[in-house]
Parts: sequence; C-alpha cells; structure tokens
Amino acid sequence: MTQQTPVLELQNASISYFTRAGEINVVPDLSFKLEQGEALGLVGESGCGKSTVAFAVMSYLGGAGRLTSGRILFEGRDMSSMSAAELRQIRGGKMAMVYQDPMSSLNPVMRIGQQLIEVPIIHQGASKKEARIRALHMLKEVNLPDPESVFERYPHQLSGGQQQRVVIAMALMAEPSLLVMDEPTTGLDVTVEAAVLDLVRRLRQVHNSAIVFISHNLGTVVRICDRIGVMYAGELVEEGPISEVFRRPSHPYTRGLLNCIPALGSDKHSTPLVPIPGQVPPALHRPKGCIFSSRCAYVVQGRCTDHRIPMEHVRDSGRHRVQCVRYDELDPYRRPTTATSAAAVAAEEREADSVLEIEHLRKIYHQAASIFGGEGGYDVKALNDISLSAKRGTTLAIVGESGCGKSTLAKVLTGLEEATSGTVRLEETDIGKLSVEKRGTEIKRKLQMVFQNPDSTLNPSHSVGYAISRSLRRLKRIGGRQARQEARQLMETVKLPADFVMRKPRQLSGGQKQRVAIARALAGDPDLVVADEPVSALDVSVQAAIINLLMEIQSGRDATLLFISHDLSVVRYLADRVAVMYLGKVVEFGSVEDVFNPPYHPYTEALLSAVPIPDPDLQQKRIILEGSIPSVTDIPKGCPFATRCPRKIGEICDTTPPPEHRTASGHRILCHIPLDELKHFEPVISTAAE
Amino acid sequence: MTAFFAKRAGYLLLTMVVVSFAIFTIMEFTPGQVARKVLGPFATQLQVDMLTEEMGLNRPVVVRYLEWAGNVLQGDLGRSTLYKQPVANVLWDRLGNTAILAAIAFAIIVPASIILGVAAGMREASLLDRTISIGGIVTTSIPEFASGVFLVSIFVIWLGWLPGTSTLNTGGGWPLASQLVLPVAVMVLYDLGYVVRMVRASMVEVMTRPYIRTAILKGLSFRDVILKHALRNAMIAPFTVILLQINYLVTGVVVVEAVFAYPGFGRLILEAGLSQDVAVIEAATLVAVFITVMAQIIGDFGYMLLNPRIRFS
Repeated sequence: MTQQTPVLELQNASISYFTRAGEINVVPDLSFKLEQGEALGLVGESGCGKSTVAFAVMSYLGGAGRLTSGRILFEGRDMSSMSAAELRQIRGGKMAMVYQDPMSSLNPVMRIGQQLIEVPIIHQGASKKEARIRALHMLKEVNLPDPESVFERYPHQLSGGQQQRVVIAMALMAEPSLLVMDEPTTGLDVTVEAAVLDLVRRLRQVHNSAIVFISHNLGTVVRICDRIGVMYAGELVEEGPISEVFRRPSHPYTRGLLNCIPALGSDKHSTPLVPIPGQVPPALHRPKGCIFSSRCAYVVQGRCTDHRIPMEHVRDSGRHRVQCVRYDELDPYRRPTTATSAAAVAAEEREADSVLEIEHLRKIYHQAASIFGGEGGYDVKALNDISLSAKRGTTLAIVGESGCGKSTLAKVLTGLEEATSGTVRLEETDIGKLSVEKRGTEIKRKLQMVFQNPDSTLNPSHSVGYAISRSLRRLKRIGGRQARQEARQLMETVKLPADFVMRKPRQLSGGQKQRVAIARALAGDPDLVVADEPVSALDVSVQAAIINLLMEIQSGRDATLLFISHDLSVVRYLADRVAVMYLGKVVEFGSVEDVFNPPYHPYTEALLSAVPIPDPDLQQKRIILEGSIPSVTDIPKGCPFATRCPRKIGEICDTTPPPEHRTASGHRILCHIPLDELKHFEPVISTAAE
Repeated sequence: MTAFFAKRAGYLLLTMVVVSFAIFTIMEFTPGQVARKVLGPFATQLQVDMLTEEMGLNRPVVVRYLEWAGNVLQGDLGRSTLYKQPVANVLWDRLGNTAILAAIAFAIIVPASIILGVAAGMREASLLDRTISIGGIVTTSIPEFASGVFLVSIFVIWLGWLPGTSTLNTGGGWPLASQLVLPVAVMVLYDLGYVVRMVRASMVEVMTRPYIRTAILKGLSFRDVILKHALRNAMIAPFTVILLQINYLVTGVVVVEAVFAYPGFGRLILEAGLSQDVAVIEAATLVAVFITVMAQIIGDFGYMLLNPRIRFS
C-alpha cells in the first residue's frame, strides 16, 4: 500500500500578527499532520493561539496576520502558493469551518435555505433545484425537525442549537475532506452541547472528513477526537492519541490543566484543584528556553531555560509526542487527592443553622395583552413554587439550563425583583417582597452578589480601591483611612497584592477582576453571597484558583454561598447541596451526594449524561434529550419535563403534576416514577470495566 | 401591521397640531404689526387699527388658532397677506417646483451614495476609501451658498454654459432644464457626502461581522460577498437616514433657492417669514411636518422590510 498524503500538514508554521507594537509572533513553530478521517482536538487556554491556527489553516488571517515561515499543506499542496481562485475553490468546497457563535455566523437577512444552497451552486455547479434537494437532505441529516420549514426561516427564528446544526449542515454541504471546528459548542446549554457533539460524532463516521476540533473544554475533545494536541502560548507542547495523553500526560502543562479541572465525580473533600501559578508570558517576550518554564514546578535552570525544547516522541510510543526535556524524569501521573473524612464533614453540616429558607416562592410576570391592560394577556411563571434552604457556612448550588429560572431566583434574592408569593427568609427577615430600595443597610450587608462577567461589573473609571472602600463606607459605615486600610486587607484576602487598590479595572486580567468583585462582595462581611456563574467566563486554571478562593473564604468567614451555575462538574465539586431547576420548578433537591447518585430525577440523569468528562476511562450513559425547553408561557400541565423526558411512563406525566418523593436524608425528587424504581437506575458514570 | 400605521398616523396628527399651534404663538410675540406691513409705512395709525380689527387680529390667539384650524380642515388654507391671494394658489405651485428639484437630486443621491459608500466601506482604509471619505467631508463642509457661487462662476461666468438664475420663466426643453442643473448640483454636493459617510460607516461595520467571514470561507467571490451578503445588511442602518434626506431636499433648500432665484417652496417660506405672512407660514409648516413625518414612517416601514429580525418578532 502506498502512503497516503495527509489531508492537512503543518510544517514548522510560524504565524505573526503585525501591529503598531511591531511583529507579534503568536505561533512560532508548529508542526502536525492530519490523516484522512482523523480528528485532532486542539486544547488550551484563551490566547494560546488555537483560533489563530484554525484561521491559518483556512488561509484567513485577516489584514494583520501572516504565515511568516513554514508551510501549510492541504492534500499535499502548499496553500500559500495558491491563487485566489484556487483558494476559493478549496474553501467551502474541500475545507469548511464551523464557528463558535452560530447566531452571528449566519447572515441575519438571508433565509437559511438561501445560505445553504450557495455552497453546491458555487462548488459543484449544481442547479438551484438540485441544490435545494441537497440542502433539505442535509438539514434532515443534522436532525433538524421539519427541514422544509427550517429552509424558509431566518436565523433568528431558530434556537442556538438549531443554528449550530445549520452551520454544520452548511459546512458539510460540499462533502469537505477537512472540517475545522472552532469552539462549536461553547455557549450552548449542556444538553444541547451533548446533542451537537453526538451529531458530529455520527457525521464523522458517515462523511469521513478529517476534523480539527478546537476547544477549551477537554471533555468535549474526548467525545469527538482520536488525537489531542495541547497548546500553550502558541506552541504544541504535547500531542498524541487521546487515551495515551490522558493516561500518561507527559508535559507539566497538560498535567496542570488536568489538575485544575473538577472532573465530574470528584469533590472538594477528595480532590484538591491545583491552579497553575503565574500567567502566560506575553508573545512579545518569549523566553529563550521552554515556554512554560516560568510556571513549571519541575523547571531546572539551564537545562530548561537555555535553548528551545525539541518535540520528542514519548518512549515506547510511536505517536505520542511531548515538548519537555524532563518528561521521562517525572513521576507517573496521578490526580492529587486529599484525605478528609466525609463523615466529619457531614456531622459538621448537621449542627449548622439555616441562613436561607425559601418556601413556596413564586415569581409570576404578567404579560398584558395590550398596552391598556384589559382582558387576555398571560402569565409567565418564572419561578413556580420553589422551596430550598441553605445552612450557614455551606454552599447551595442551583443548576439548570438557560431559561430554567435560576437567574430570576437570584434577582428575587438580591431584591432586583419582588416575589409574587411565598417567603424568602434570610436569617429572621422575610426579604421576598423587599425590593432593594426598601432593604435597610443591615440586609444589604448580609446579602451580597458576585456576577458572571467581571468586566461589566466594575466601573471602568474608578480605581479598584475606590469600588471596595465605597462598599465599606455604605455597608459598614466606616470611612477615610480606616476604609482604605480595610480595602487593602480585603485585597490580600482575595490573594491580590494590596497595591492593586490603585489600579483601574482595565489594568487587571479577567481572574483578577473577578477577585476584586469577590473582595467587594466581602466588604460588608456578608452572611450570604449569591454568585451567578462566577467562574464560567474564566479559563480553567483561573477558574480553579477562584473556586479555591471561594472555598477558603467560606470556611474562614463562615459565609453561605448560593452558587448558580450550568457547569455540573464545578457544582459537583463545590456544592454541599444542589437544587436542579427546570422551567421554574425545583425537580430535585438534596445533598450533593444524593443528587449526583441514583435515585435521580430523569432530568438530572440526562444532565449528568450530557456533561463532557475529560477522562476517556469513565463510561458515561448517553441520553440525548430531543426537542427544546418549552416556552415559559406554555408550561405543560403535568410534569414540566414530560415533553422531553426519556423515561416518561404514560399519560399521567402530561396531565397530573408529579408527587414529591422525600427520603430520610432530605432528598426530594419530583417525579411520577416510584422512588424504588428510580433507585434502580444505573449510575450515569462508571469506571470502564478493567 | 395596521396597528403600526395607525400609531404612526396618530403621531403625525399630533405633531402637526403641536407645531402649528407653536408657530401661531411665536408669531404673536414677533415685533411689528401685520396690518402695518400690509398698508406700508405711510398709512395712519387709525388705518392700521381698522385693518387689524377687520382681519380679526386683536382677538385672543387661541380663538384665532381654532378658527384657522377649522378652516384648514375644510380645505381653506387662508389668504396670503403678502401675495394678496389664497395661500393654496401660491403654495402648490411652489411646492411643485421644489418637488422637481428634490426628485432629481434624490434620484442622484441615493444610487450615488450607495455605490460610493459601499465601495469605500468594503475595504476599510484602502486608497479608494480614503479618497471617497475625504471627498465626502470636503463637499459636505462647503456651505451651499459658497458652492453655489463657485459653480456659477465656473459654468455661468467663465464657460457660459448654463444660466445663472433659475426663475423658470423661459419655455420648455433645454432652456428650462438647464436652469435646474446648478441648483441640483449644489444640493447633491452638499448632501451626498453626509449620506455616503453613513453608508460607508454601516458597510465597514458589516464587513467585520462573522457572517461575512462565513461567506468568504464558503468560497464566494468577493463580488458575491459584497452584493449577496454585505449589501442588504449594510443598507439597514442608513435606510432611515436616506429617507430623511427628503426633508432637507423639499423643505430645507432655502439657501439654494435664494441663490438661484428659484421660485420654490424654500423661498416661499423665506419671503413669508420676512413679512410675517402667518397664513403662508402656517400652511408651509403643515406641509413640512407632513413630509418629515411621512418620510419617517416610510423609513421605519422600509427598515422593517429590510430587517427580518423586526419583521418576524
């Protein structure tokens, strides 16, 4: 058999951006090969050059970017020597791309069908009619319900998951031999993500395209790819088959990444998260030696820092490569563990008193039929009979997909919205109907908030110190020097240099800004901190550091944390109690061990099966939820989950609201299926049989 | 859709009432008596008082406004004190003349601004972009009277190709058409640069959008990317602005008409204003408000048609 030309080959590719500051060499020297039908996952934190590589492969670096040396070969042909017309033929025809944000990647004023049929018309010279048939066929292949109607729609009339399916369909229209996917599931809900990943896996088998799959999430790469490449500061530091890289991570950075991800199944009592210290060196000042040396625990001055580290094959493996001189000297990789007795923790929790008690909380928005009110209109039940409680010094996590009501809950707690009925007791005060203007300083002091996006939370024109000391003045009634002094202390509490009080938000990184936001929330010594997705905009190593910080502060100050998140791995790791929300209802509530093990609510089970786990050795049940969440204006009469439930038992689910099962440990499940039967569900995650 | 138009029509009526009443009140506080203007400087005070009485000008302003409004509703726009004939006789003629100018100018401005704006915006900071942008700023920043004088000195005095005034007195054919060239040229020069810049800005914005990247990476030619994917998106934002140019072209060309002695709507307003001809000013105002609001309604409607996100929400 003759050796096949690889679909894609990068030979010592060096990519630079030319800016006013001069040439920035973001990717100094990158080589890899991709054979027909192979899928390579490129992972790394933001700014490591993943997307640059993706666009370089498409020969689309914009005005400022250029391939300065090396070659990018597509099916054996050097892309930089191609004419514009040749390039056009290849783009969309032989290589296609799937983008991060499907909504903005589709033309908002063109119908879906129009955008799809362009591809075969340009590349295969198809007639409009043929193109239409192909497009409809493709829409069906990506599992879109009713292709005919989707064909006629505009992008904004589809949900995010449907839009991404359309983008995938568009990419596959010309049967490309290479598919470049740049964070295709980032920003999608976990169940939608799972369905899209499942689709990509299936289509891979059918179409046999080679795939470059770029993601910051190691778990999604495990689901799709055969090989994984770990990128750091523009360099490929480790590359090899998925199973080998995960079993024997050889580069300290790969190990560092694995150590900062809470893998589903680990929790704060058994596994510490170990953030990678320091920051990525700026591309303008590349160290002479190993790029990771400044953050590496195994660094040896001289050997690691004097000259460029070559990419070597790991011993007794033909395909696993690593860029580290000491990989052979490192101990075999094991996830770090801590030994704390879980029983002691449980006992501790039982003694604590309740800080937050939510009972039968409802929040109903009335949508009037016309501007004059009058007859008609409809109610939107954003929160529908919520009962929860959180004990002092513990973490209560709220999980659910977008639109489940978790943010509305946060708004009611913080007083941005008033409850329609029910009670929200913070210690002894009912704050459900107290909007934030009506809350006294004492209540405001007790309850503080940390938001998702630290960029927009901090006023860009005030110094960080001013933001914190203003909270101190307002909440603790201290001023002047004392407030400034305390602001500096708070900075140290959140592990930032005290001198940072002088800085403006723009002088801080994302993680540092989130630390400031936490320091500000802590200013009044709150009893309850409501954190709405506080780590979901951060890179994994920063995320690990912030999670550690939250836990440390919590145990130091005995504060209660209400942690709202869509990331089940983080919730599993951090939470003591978990509430799973769906369509404004808590479908399951209990301690984290109870919720993450059978008996599950069928929705929890589906969520767990959707979480991408960065461990190829764990077996995960696959439950793909069909359809999308019903609109809150049209909540099913019976069980809210009945329309998508894979374990629906019959008509009763549609017609009658489900009963609540309670166990001795306080575990609550809202389901028609008897508890005994729920108990016999297989666990979603199990270790592969040896 | 019906609700949309009903609402807009309501706003239109309300605006017309408010503006016309405001004009009435303002005229009340301007110095000089109408009767004195009519009778001239040599009339006695008694004659002035008698005429004021006769015209009913000594009654309260609200009463006169209501009376005027009642007449307007019956189609009677009143009598011009300046032209000594019913307002309608003067108004429609003048408006017609201006409409001809406006229509020609608009027919040039719209395609020219779209072509130039798109050409400039499709490659930001290219030589073409720089040239068009700077040209646009230059023509827009030259005041109408100045460019009017420049053009007259070149084409009338130096080359002698075109007439210097446009009184529309000579018959049809080229002698008449030639009178329109210079006024239209001044209007286009003045207005085009602004619209081009709006279209360009929108185009530049659109070209940075991810869906343009999608179109390029689909393998479309640059021409198709521009014409099929960018153009329509780039037209959404400037569409309303383009339609609002109708306002300027119909009701704002006072200077151009004055420079070329063109018997149009702008000059009518100017003359009526100088002699406190309330009836003409009021009627002209109503027309101006009507045109402005209508342009806006059409603009909003077109915006809806261009943008499916609004159409289907």
